[in-house]
Amino acid sequence: MTDTASSNRARASRAKGVSTRVAVHGVLAGYTLIAIFPVVLVILNSFKNRRGIFTDPLGLPGEGTFSLEGYATVLTQGDFATYFSNSLIVTVTALFLILLLGAMAAHALAEYRFRFNTLLGIYLILGIMVPIRLGTVAILELMVDLNLVNTLLALILVYTAQGLPVAVFILTEFMRTLSRDIKDCARVDGLSEYRIFFEVVVPLIRPVLATVAVFSMIPIWNDLWFPLILASGDATKTVTLGVQQFIGQYTVNWSAVLASLSIAILPVLGALRPVLAPAYRRHHIGRRQGLTPHHPEVRRSVRTHATRRPQVLWRGQGDPRRRPANQGR
Amino acid sequence: MSDPTTDKPEGVPTRPAGRRKRRRAAGAHIFVFLAPALLIYTVFSIYPLIESLRLSLFDGLEDGTAVWAGLDNYATLLFDPNWATQFWRAFWNNLVLFFIHMVVQNPLGLLLAALLSLAPRFGSAYRTLIFVPTLLSVVIVGFIWELILSPLWGVSETLLGTIGLAWLYQPWLGLESSALATVSLISVWQYVGIPMMLIYAALLSIPDELIDAARVDGLGGWSIFWKVKLPLILPTLGIVAILTYIGNFTVSFDLIYSIQGSLGAPNFSTDVMGTLLFRTFFGQQLQVGDTHMGATIASMMFFIILVGVTIYLALVQRRLQRYEM
Repeated sequence: MTDTASSNRARASRAKGVSTRVAVHGVLAGYTLIAIFPVVLVILNSFKNRRGIFTDPLGLPGEGTFSLEGYATVLTQGDFATYFSNSLIVTVTALFLILLLGAMAAHALAEYRFRFNTLLGIYLILGIMVPIRLGTVAILELMVDLNLVNTLLALILVYTAQGLPVAVFILTEFMRTLSRDIKDCARVDGLSEYRIFFEVVVPLIRPVLATVAVFSMIPIWNDLWFPLILASGDATKTVTLGVQQFIGQYTVNWSAVLASLSIAILPVLGALRPVLAPAYRRHHIGRRQGLTPHHPEVRRSVRTHATRRPQVLWRGQGDPRRRPANQGR
Repeated sequence: MSDPTTDKPEGVPTRPAGRRKRRRAAGAHIFVFLAPALLIYTVFSIYPLIESLRLSLFDGLEDGTAVWAGLDNYATLLFDPNWATQFWRAFWNNLVLFFIHMVVQNPLGLLLAALLSLAPRFGSAYRTLIFVPTLLSVVIVGFIWELILSPLWGVSETLLGTIGLAWLYQPWLGLESSALATVSLISVWQYVGIPMMLIYAALLSIPDELIDAARVDGLGGWSIFWKVKLPLILPTLGIVAILTYIGNFTVSFDLIYSIQGSLGAPNFSTDVMGTLLFRTFFGQQLQVGDTHMGATIASMMFFIILVGVTIYLALVQRRLQRYEM
């Protein structure tokens, strides 16, 4: 009797588990389809000839419709290798500057109390509200004065200035939720403020840094406006500008247009995994050496601290007794 | 990296419970942390903006010099019938755009993030693929959708036909009644990955201990989501909302410009503040570029965004509770 009851309950919960799982996968797979269908469609059709593109847009390229004429046109007419290396140089350099300088500023704002702290914070995130494009004319004049027109450096500087506010905003928000104990413990261990930043704070905020990197990267890689105004020369053209001008020239040649779109898409797909992967890797500060306080006095204070404060500490770091259990995760 | 002698270890942290006290100011390292960011940001972002605000208070003469005009440019923009119709129409279109993003993009992002946080199989594959459109350039996205929705190619008509809805098909991008909504949905399609990622990261940062505690207390999956997780990620939802509001005035330009051109075709039905600014600033077929009116529109956008952000900071942000997790 009790046996059947419990097995019934088990079966019921298992059934619920299965139906939930089906629903979850249904929604996710359904939306995934919507997200990638247009992209797949363009790539498929880029391998067809003109007749194939129009008579059977949804079909796979096959006999009679398969053709590489679009790619031939693109590769002979456009200089996509240069465009790509330009985009890459600009994006990577600007991202590095945004993350490094942004995290440093956010750390200062979140960690220290000094005069004008709030004011500087507001000043730095002002740029979120103010699209940097609103100052385009002044930026152009400035670049002319600095002799930076038609250089990648001009783009890097503008994109760094553009990306900093969002980075500082998100990182400051996040750094305020970091447990203070871990930093204070490092101070007790005698680390300088710079080492605390680079060796304690940066590892802690790595997942958020990755997220910020992704968000800052998108507008830079995709921007059309500043390449057009500041660096439209052949040697400094970015992919977005290159593709845009190419499409403008070849609007009637559908295979060439689809091929150029595909060429612009493919490296993005290739970069996708490395870009997204680190964002969600869970990290454990407990693994890092030299961060956990060794003094019994500190340990005691941490413990009393942890029991007296209502907040939950960052994944058990506050309590040294938990370390062994954490390491396996 | 620095000399450790200047950083005397402070007393063991035994501050009263619940009070968050920041460290006292101590010299050079604060300056070192802040200076590089402040310098680049001030020179390339704030100074050009101030310059543009200044330009909006002047009027250009034929010979290229500028004279003080006070608020005349603003009066022209808001009350001169030639400008006012364009301005208010663009402003209204921006509000519609914002509304569609708030009711479609952000709930969709929350739903996807919540489902992903259940760690289903292939979770990272879903996440990656859903994020693909976000990484694409607006030029590409605009062109892809132009092709797909084009009656010339007929892909969307064929697709609707397979589910028996071919009669529903219209050239949505070309109709005044549907162009703005269509462009908004294309933008949602492209950018839903951003709220999804932000919310997903926030959901992941919730400590397992809290969820376990809720489960021990007898809460089910739904209750845990609504009563534990959602309150904890409210600050993130606030960030998403305000980023949507701001992006709506800035980013929307790119997509509309690349699909509908700087005139907000058809018949200005997708004209937003960004396209109006671009048109005014750089001119178009029948109109010479006007630096000072352009600067005025740019400044108006600045004030509109300022109002929204002030409301957010004063009303929303202040009431949100942050938890140390």
